Amino acid sequence: MTDSAVGESLAEVKDLGLVRGGRVLFESLSFAIRAGELWQLEGGNGAGKTSLLRILAGLSRYGFDGLVSRAEVPLYVGHQAAVKGLFSARENLSWHVSGGCVFADEQIEQALQRVGLCGFEDTPSHALSAGQHRRVNLARLFLSEARLWLLDEPFTAIDAAGVSELQERIGGHVARGGAVVVTSHQPLHVDHTVHHLSLDGARIS
Amino acid sequence: MLLRRQLSLAIRRPIEIGNPLVFFAIVVALFPLGIGPASEQLAMIAPGAIWIIALLSSLLTSDSVFRSDFDDGSLEQLLLAPQPLYLSVLAYLCAHWVVTGLLLALVSPVFALMLNLPAEAVGTLMVSLALGTAVLSLVGGIGAALTVGLKRGGMLISLLILPLYIPVLIFGTAAVQAAVSGAPVGPFLALLGAMLSLAIALGPLATAAGLRISIDA
Repeated sequence: MTDSAVGESLAEVKDLGLVRGGRVLFESLSFAIRAGELWQLEGGNGAGKTSLLRILAGLSRYGFDGLVSRAEVPLYVGHQAAVKGLFSARENLSWHVSGGCVFADEQIEQALQRVGLCGFEDTPSHALSAGQHRRVNLARLFLSEARLWLLDEPFTAIDAAGVSELQERIGGHVARGGAVVVTSHQPLHVDHTVHHLSLDGARIS
Repeated sequence: MLLRRQLSLAIRRPIEIGNPLVFFAIVVALFPLGIGPASEQLAMIAPGAIWIIALLSSLLTSDSVFRSDFDDGSLEQLLLAPQPLYLSVLAYLCAHWVVTGLLLALVSPVFALMLNLPAEAVGTLMVSLALGTAVLSLVGGIGAALTVGLKRGGMLISLLILPLYIPVLIFGTAAVQAAVSGAPVGPFLALLGAMLSLAIALGPLATAAGLRISIDA
């Protein structure tokens, strides 16, 4: 990871508005996500958290008002694990479609160890549980060099120990000058200021 | 790297590679039963028949190129990846071609024998199939990308891309027929090659745009 000046804007949103099915989910939303910031998107089911995250990631490019700009390609972890059942955990990571960079074997082993999949590296993924699938995907948090992370419900199906491990990782990333946007219904326990963005009425605090 | 990934995925599901070949073999075996075993008659329809079956088996498999990646979320990650989508799409379609079209071209002499195609046309058949199925894979990718978001896109994909398959069918068959009658095959193969060049240049662009639309929706 390149050390970045804290305060550098990694993604910016201007006057964002989204209407789905005749319902205004949010409108005239403007904020900038800067390096060293941790954002938590909040809101009930259907409030538009995932939609906002997909717009931030650049997966949704039409159907909304306003401007979105990104400084670089973010790391996006969505609801779907993007884990191929036919591949082992190791192959899933080393041949990940968003690859671009190739990881050394030790790096992947370390990452899998960090998410508690030690001993499962070469098990075909279809033999893993739902939570372990998620963990394979989340191992990318230990490999990626992206500065901006967009995490959609990263704690789903993860046990309590895993959640605190992940929160530690998220806190560490922010402390090193990265930025993280999380949607989660759970409160984050990190020693960092958490910017809350509530989509029930779109308030920023 | 993506090419390697797709190929190893395919090899771990041998049934998916075998299916089009078995389909091909069954249909070829049915022709003598339906038309009668007279060898001149079979030899007359052989070029067209083999090409039509190749086209149909390519159509049958093109639906699945992006399907599993769409279902498990890999496609989202592919769109966000830093490498150009054009190259990723090209790698996907190249892998698809290797396990369908190229394989079909390699075993086509067996089918040519079953339909009593003259031996001097077999080489042309293989080359025309190899070139032609590559075009079919690239064009099929456009249809697959546009329909990947739909649960049952099979019918729609046929309607969308079948018209684009027709020129390949015409010139592919013409090449083999020319070889049978002893006419020069160069022009037909050159035309197929030209179509392939066009498909390589433009097909992945259209496919990439189709994927973005499908993911956006």
